[in-house]
Amino acid sequence: MSEAEFGPGRRSGSPAGARLHIVTGKGGTGKTTVATALAMALASRGGRVLLVEVEGRQGVATLLGEPPLPYGERELIPLPGGGRVCVLAADAESALLEYLELFYGMRLAGQALNRLGAVDFATTIAPGLRDVLLTGKATEAVRRRSGARRRSAAPAPFHYDAVVVDAPPTGRIGRFLNVNTEVAGLARVGPIRTHADRVMGVIRSPQTLVHFVTLLEEMPAQETRDGIAEIDALGLRVGSVVVNMVRPPLLEEPDLTAAAASGEFARDELAAGLRAAGLADAADLAAALAAEVGAHALRVALEHRTRERLTDLGRPMVDLPWLEGGVGRSALEGLADTLGEQGMGR
Amino acid sequence: MNVTSGEDTPNAPRLDVDTLLDDPATRIVVCCGAGGVGKTTTAAALGLRAAERGRHAVVITVDPARRLAQSLGVESLDNTPRPVALPEGTRGSLHAMMLDMKRTFDEVVEEHADPERARQILANPFYQTLSTSFSGTQEYMAMEKLGQLRQSGAWDLIVVDTPPSRSALDFLDAPQRLGRFLDGRLIRFLSAPANTGAFRLLGAGFSLVTSVVNKILGAQLLDDLRSFVVAFDTVFGGFQARAERTYRLLQDPGTAFVVVAVPDTDALREASYFVDRLTRDSMPLAGLVVNRSHPLPDGAGRRLTAAQAAEAEAVLRGAGTHPLASAALRLHAERVRIREHEARLRDRMLSEHRGIRVAEVAALPEDVHDLASLRTIGAALADGPSGAAGDSWDSSTRH
Ligand SMILES: Nc1ncnc2c1ncn2[C@@H]1O[C@H](COP(=O)(O)OP(=O)(O)OP(=O)(O)O)[C@@H](O)[C@H]1O
Ligand SMILES: Nc1ncnc2c1ncn2[C@@H]1O[C@H](COP(=O)(O)OP(=O)(O)OP(=O)(O)O)[C@@H](O)[C@H]1O
Ligand SMILES: [Mg+2]
Ligand SMILES: [Mg+2]
Repeated sequence: MSEAEFGPGRRSGSPAGARLHIVTGKGGTGKTTVATALAMALASRGGRVLLVEVEGRQGVATLLGEPPLPYGERELIPLPGGGRVCVLAADAESALLEYLELFYGMRLAGQALNRLGAVDFATTIAPGLRDVLLTGKATEAVRRRSGARRRSAAPAPFHYDAVVVDAPPTGRIGRFLNVNTEVAGLARVGPIRTHADRVMGVIRSPQTLVHFVTLLEEMPAQETRDGIAEIDALGLRVGSVVVNMVRPPLLEEPDLTAAAASGEFARDELAAGLRAAGLADAADLAAALAAEVGAHALRVALEHRTRERLTDLGRPMVDLPWLEGGVGRSALEGLADTLGEQGMGR
Repeated sequence: MNVTSGEDTPNAPRLDVDTLLDDPATRIVVCCGAGGVGKTTTAAALGLRAAERGRHAVVITVDPARRLAQSLGVESLDNTPRPVALPEGTRGSLHAMMLDMKRTFDEVVEEHADPERARQILANPFYQTLSTSFSGTQEYMAMEKLGQLRQSGAWDLIVVDTPPSRSALDFLDAPQRLGRFLDGRLIRFLSAPANTGAFRLLGAGFSLVTSVVNKILGAQLLDDLRSFVVAFDTVFGGFQARAERTYRLLQDPGTAFVVVAVPDTDALREASYFVDRLTRDSMPLAGLVVNRSHPLPDGAGRRLTAAQAAEAEAVLRGAGTHPLASAALRLHAERVRIREHEARLRDRMLSEHRGIRVAEVAALPEDVHDLASLRTIGAALADGPSGAAGDSWDSSTRH
């Protein structure tokens, strides 16, 4: 069904036409931040975007300074252009109950199961089930159409223009998205299987892109490379590599190299400068600052190498600046604009 | 924001890792903390330092970064400690291993069940899920391996790294969680033969439940579950008792917990929860490692405040001269601000946990994946971030 609905698979990874954006990356690199900013960027020209969080951590609520969100899609971020970002903090338990009710009308059975701890049990013992429920929730939102079902020829427009998932970290992203294989051992036939196939149809379609958030550090960059290889191997589409927390250069590149290479030169030049600025103790101070500049130059060189190796991946790269004051609502708007300017969010 | 002043700042005693490692009564060191803070690195560095100071140490690592594993010689996941080649003349010795949780679980089953039953259990699909994907299995198996190595008596110091879970507490909670799960009402219930009391108790409710489970998971799963529980029951008595024994090992005075954090809000909050928990469960805390911090170098640089640096920078910028000095001043101001922020976070944590011992390890410019940099980390753990004695936290932010 997926092919009919979404057209034949084309593994281009172009943002145009993508409607499901999966944001992954090493833990702590800024997945939640980037997913939220991306949702805002996608909604910036009007339209409705759903941001789905799946890790049960209320990261989006924390980021927006909201109390924990109950299960349900709620509009949380109105944008100046009339666009809207709705947020769903999805959890497997609620998704399963909803699924049972929706497909079997089994509301009571669901509640009984919940009381017995069965839902927790089932999703614990079969992590694949948890994943298929969560991806199922996101893909359902992708496919959902507005208004009542009509018999007219033209289908109703999509309810959401795009869906962004704040996804599990790189270490688990392959398993999370490859729900088909995950449930294969669980259910060879039957409703869960059909459900999984439908989910996979959306995830495999050109509508879905997997974006990677990284820092200019060795481990996150390595995980990005491994993660991209894995997503490629699964036949899914990789979107952009988002380099987060990029610090502005303090010195021009050649100056830095010179400063690092010749401590002596740097020290004299520094001492002269510090004296000119009216600082006492200029010689000692220059020695201290020269050491700081040297350490900084080393780090910049490392960042440089890391960036080169990321560039070699040949994916669109997007930079987000390091924000000194941390990330709040207004900072998110800035990050969303930055994503938009660099071609993400179209 | 008011910057913490010197007066109301708790003065933390230093965590003296050499004394800890040199004490023959120290038999187990457990490195815990939030994800990515440097647990594996700290564990390896402590093991190495202990070996070089004369201990016969073994490090159990969980998911080490590839290059670190390579330099420890434990690339293959074979679940047995391998000797790490140390320079000639090293007083002690170091072994390292990478935890294989499934293998460890299999070994426990094989030890407790007769061969036929063990074969049945290992082949059961339900067991396969449990031993590979149950959240908490890795934590539990790390603890299990610790128990095994301790019992073998082959090492006089065992350093344990803990799995990369979000919460450090998972390590302590996993055995109970696994036990609770296997012993849980529901698993007994679902696996009970249809005509037992448990079944009648719920009557129609039960058949409703099984019918839903059948629908969602398929009848096969329930069958697998049933045979698993039957086979596992014989093993399980031993299993539960064993888990409890290992847990008690952690309360032994020969055990020392080292809580690792980086100076950011989340990691320190995790560390704080963990310290509370250790206290509540009477588990011996050695101290806190604040890893990847950014101390200021000693000397003149430390006395130059961010404001002074910014002011001087403005003068140069106004004059349009000395771009290098100008950049260096900007860099310095940023470093001072970062340091102040780190010190604030750390002070907040220390005011909640007075008397806790702290060691600080500065962020190295590059990742840690060879013995030389592990040695550097070990030295910083023992002597403070810049290799110099004394608490560089104190003087860095007080003006
Ligand atoms: N560009 C930035 N500048 C400054 N701070 C940032 C930036 N991006 C993210 N952060 C901060 O870094 C921390 C981690 O970000 P975030 O929670 O988005 O990461 P994550 O990848 O979702 O983490 P986790 O793996 O724990 O879910 C947060 O405190 C966030 O405010
Ligand atoms: N003091 C340090 N300076 C520089 N890099 C460090 C330092 N400590 C650790 N690292 C690096 O940080 C990364 C994470 O460290 P490590 O793997 O030890 O953390 P962990 O707590 O074990 O992580 P996980 O929770 O994923 O198991 C590694 O790349 C390591 O080399
Ligand atoms: Mg997050
Ligand atoms: Mg680790």
